[in-house]
Amino acid sequence: MKTSEVSAMDRRHFFKLLGGGLFVAYLAEPSKAQERRGRRGGPPRPMEVSAWLHIGEDGSVKIFTGKTEVGQNIRTSLSQAVAEELHVPVASIQMVMADTDLVPFDMGTFGSRSTPDMALHLRKVAAMARQALIDLAAKEWGYSDRHLQAVNGRVIYEPTPGQVEKNVGYGELLKGQQLTATVTDQIKLKPATEWKVAGTSVGKVGGHDFVTGKHHYTTDMSLPGMVHGKVLRAPAYGAKLKSLDDSQAKALEGVTVVRDGDFVGVTAPNPSVATEALGLLKAEWEGGSGPSNKELWQVLKNNFDRGDQGKQIDDALASSAHKLEQTYTVEYIAHCPLETRAGVAEWKDGKVTVWTGSQRPFGVKDELVSAFSLPSEKVRVIVPDTGSGFGGKHSGEAAIEAARLAKAVGKPVKISWSREEEFWWAYFRPAGVIEVKAGVDAEGKLTAWEFHNHNSGGAAIETPYEVPAKFVRSHGSKSPLRQGSYRGLAASANCFARESAMDELAAAAEMDPLEFRLKNLKDERLRAVLEAAAKRFEWKGRKGHCGIACGIDKGGYVANCVQIELRGEEVKIVRIVAAFECGAIVNPMHLKNQVEGSIVMGLGGALFEAIQFADGKILNPVFSKYRVPRFSDVPPIDIVLVNRPDLPSAGAGECPIMAIAPAIGSAIFEATKKRLRAMPKSV
Amino acid sequence: MATITRLHVNGRDVALQADGERILLSVLRDDLGLTGCKPGCGEGQCGACTVLVDGKPVRSCSMKAAAVGEGKVRTIESLEQIGKLHPVQQAFLDADAMQCGYCTCGMIMSAVALLEEHPAPTEQQFLAAMDGNICRCGIYNNIRDAVKRAAETLTKNP
Repeated sequence: MKTSEVSAMDRRHFFKLLGGGLFVAYLAEPSKAQERRGRRGGPPRPMEVSAWLHIGEDGSVKIFTGKTEVGQNIRTSLSQAVAEELHVPVASIQMVMADTDLVPFDMGTFGSRSTPDMALHLRKVAAMARQALIDLAAKEWGYSDRHLQAVNGRVIYEPTPGQVEKNVGYGELLKGQQLTATVTDQIKLKPATEWKVAGTSVGKVGGHDFVTGKHHYTTDMSLPGMVHGKVLRAPAYGAKLKSLDDSQAKALEGVTVVRDGDFVGVTAPNPSVATEALGLLKAEWEGGSGPSNKELWQVLKNNFDRGDQGKQIDDALASSAHKLEQTYTVEYIAHCPLETRAGVAEWKDGKVTVWTGSQRPFGVKDELVSAFSLPSEKVRVIVPDTGSGFGGKHSGEAAIEAARLAKAVGKPVKISWSREEEFWWAYFRPAGVIEVKAGVDAEGKLTAWEFHNHNSGGAAIETPYEVPAKFVRSHGSKSPLRQGSYRGLAASANCFARESAMDELAAAAEMDPLEFRLKNLKDERLRAVLEAAAKRFEWKGRKGHCGIACGIDKGGYVANCVQIELRGEEVKIVRIVAAFECGAIVNPMHLKNQVEGSIVMGLGGALFEAIQFADGKILNPVFSKYRVPRFSDVPPIDIVLVNRPDLPSAGAGECPIMAIAPAIGSAIFEATKKRLRAMPKSV
Repeated sequence: MATITRLHVNGRDVALQADGERILLSVLRDDLGLTGCKPGCGEGQCGACTVLVDGKPVRSCSMKAAAVGEGKVRTIESLEQIGKLHPVQQAFLDADAMQCGYCTCGMIMSAVALLEEHPAPTEQQFLAAMDGNICRCGIYNNIRDAVKRAAETLTKNP
C-alpha cells in the first residue's frame, strides 16, 4: 500500500476523529477536482484529495464527499457506486456530505459532474479498499489472495467453489489497525455489464425521513437559544438607504435591530414577530432603477463584426434553395426551489458554523471567510440535504446574513427567506437573444449555419448537424438583472433556437421534421435517441398536432416527441415521449425521475415562466403571479432510457430539459402554422 | 392581541402561549417543533404547509392560529403509528414519489384528505385536491401513481 501521498496531517486528523481502521483517499489532478483556485502559469499544483473513505474497527463504512444532495438523489447513486465495488450492502454505507470540516474540498454540485467525476472516484476508492482488505486477510492467513474474495462486508477464503473455509468481517480484520492507502492507477473497476448494485433501482436513501417529516432541512433547524432574523430589503435594485427610524421596531418584546451601513436586520423570538418588527422599520430610500422587459432585447444585443466567416456564410446562402433568418428570445426565469434560501449561524470561540442549503459549501465558506476576515479554520459550513437548487443555490446570501446577525446579537440566528425575497434577491436564469441564419439546398442538406447567442451562454451552442459553412458564437452582455447558473441554462436556449430553426428549414424544404434532421445528422448517439423516441411515439403514423426536437449537452443525448391540443390560446400538452442516453445507467428509477423532472421544469420555461420587471423592481415575485407547472399541466410522459454499459456514465440532471420547448414549438407550428420564437410562449 | 393557550394537535391538547394573530404554520413549527409542514410561498399557493383541520386540508401559512379554535389539527407527524407508515406515506416510498422531498409532507397531507373524502377519486377530484401543491422537482406523475397505489391499499384494507 502506498501511504506517502496522504499527508500526515490528514492521516492524524482522520484517525483522531474516527478511530482506527482503514482510510483510503482519492487524489485527483486539481483540474479534475474541479479546482479553479490556482494561478495560471504558476508551478504545477499538488494532487488534491477529492474524496475519502473510512472503514472503522466496528466495520462501519463512511464516505466523505463535498457533493450536496439537492433532490437529484446523488446520495443514493454514490452509495450504490461504493456498494458495488466494496461489496457491502447499500444500507451499511454512511455518506458524510458537504461539511467543510469533514470532507475534502469540492468546487460544488453543478454542471452534471457528480456522476462522471465523483462516482468514478468513489468506485475507485471502494475498489482500492476492497483490495486492501483482501491483502490484509491474505497476509494474516498466509494464503495467496487468489482464493480470497470480498462478499457482503466479509473477506472469505474459498479454495473450491461453495466451500468457504475461513471468513472474517471487515471490522474484525481492521481491529487495532491504522492503515492508509491512496488509489493507484492499477486499480481495476468492474465494467458496467457486471454491475449488480449499481445499475439497479435502489430507492431514495433515507426516504423514510422524508415521508414522515423527520428530515431537517436548514429551514427546519433549531439551536438552543436561537432567534429568527429578517433583513430589510431595498424597494428597488440599486436603491440606497437614506434614513432609518427603528424606534417602534425596537420597542417590540424580544426584538433587536442590527444596522451596519446599508445592511439592516432584526432578530426576534419567532418569525412572525421578526416580520412584524421589519414592518415597523421606517426607512427612506433613494435611487434605484433599471430597464423593463420591453427594452430587454435591445439591451442584450451586441454589435459584432461578422468578418470573413460572415462572408463565407453569405456566399453559401446566396446559392441555397431555402434560406432562414430569424431571431429567438428567452426571458429571465427563476429557479423557485421550494425551500427558499436559509441559513442558521452560530458563533463559538471566534469560529462560525453555518448550516445552509447550498450547492457550493466551499464557495459559501469562502464568502464567509472574506465577509468576516476570518482564517479558513474559523469557518465551518454544513449543508443538510436541501430542498432543491436547480443551479440557483451557488451563492451564500442567507448564510452571510445569518452570520452577521448572529455575531451582532450574540445568539444563534436563523434566516429563512420569504418567497418574495427568493424571487428578488437570488439570481435568475439568463435571458437571451439568439440570431440564426441558415440555408438548405434542393436536396434538403444544410448549406450554411450562422448562430449568435447574446447573453444566455455557450453550452451546447455547437450544432450537432453536418454543415459545410458554419459560424457559431456566444456573446456576453451586460445583464440588467442578476443572473447565474440554472439547470441546463444555455443548452435550453441554444437548443430552442437551433431546433426551432431546423424545424423552420424542414418546412421550407417541404420535408418531415424527423427525416430532415436525420438527413443532416451523423452523430450515432443522437440519431439513436431520435429514432428511439420516434419509434415509441409512432411518429410516422402520428395523429393530432405533434412536434419533435433533440439535443446533446454535458454527455447526455435527448430527443422529445410531443402531442398538443389547442384550447383557444392555451396549449395543452397531451403526451410526451422522451428518449435519453447518458452512458451506463447507474439507477434507472432515479434516472427516469431526473428526465421527467427536467421535462416538467422545461414545460414551465417553454409555456409560461417569465420574470416581469421594470424600474429596478420585480413585478411578479410570488407564485400567484409567477406560474410554475402543476399536476394539471403535466401529461403522461413516456421515457425510453437507452442504456450504454459500454460507455462511461454522464450526469443526467440537466440535458433532458433542453429539447421540450422546441418540440412544443414544432407541434404548435403543425397546429397553427405559426412559429414559436419566444420562450415562454405567453409573456 | 388574543393569546391562545391551547391547541388540539395530533390527538392531544397541547398547552402553549402564542399570539393568536400568528400564522398556524409558525406556531406549529416554531413553538411546537412540528417542522413537517414547510413554508414555501406564504400565500397558500404551493401547498407545502398543508395540515388537516377537522379532516379538511388547510394552508397553515395563510390561517391565523386563533382561527383553529376547537378544531382538531393533524400534521404529518401523526401519520406513522407504532412504527408503521400510513398507506399514503408507504405509497410515496414505493412509487419513489419524491426528489428533494420538500413538498412531500404537504403532498401527503393533501392526499390523505383527498382519500378520506373520496376513496376512489376521479381525475376532477384528484386535481381539485392536489393541483394546489407544487412539486418543483416535477415528479408529478410518480405522485399520481403513489396516490393511486394508496387508494388501492386503503380500499383493500380500510
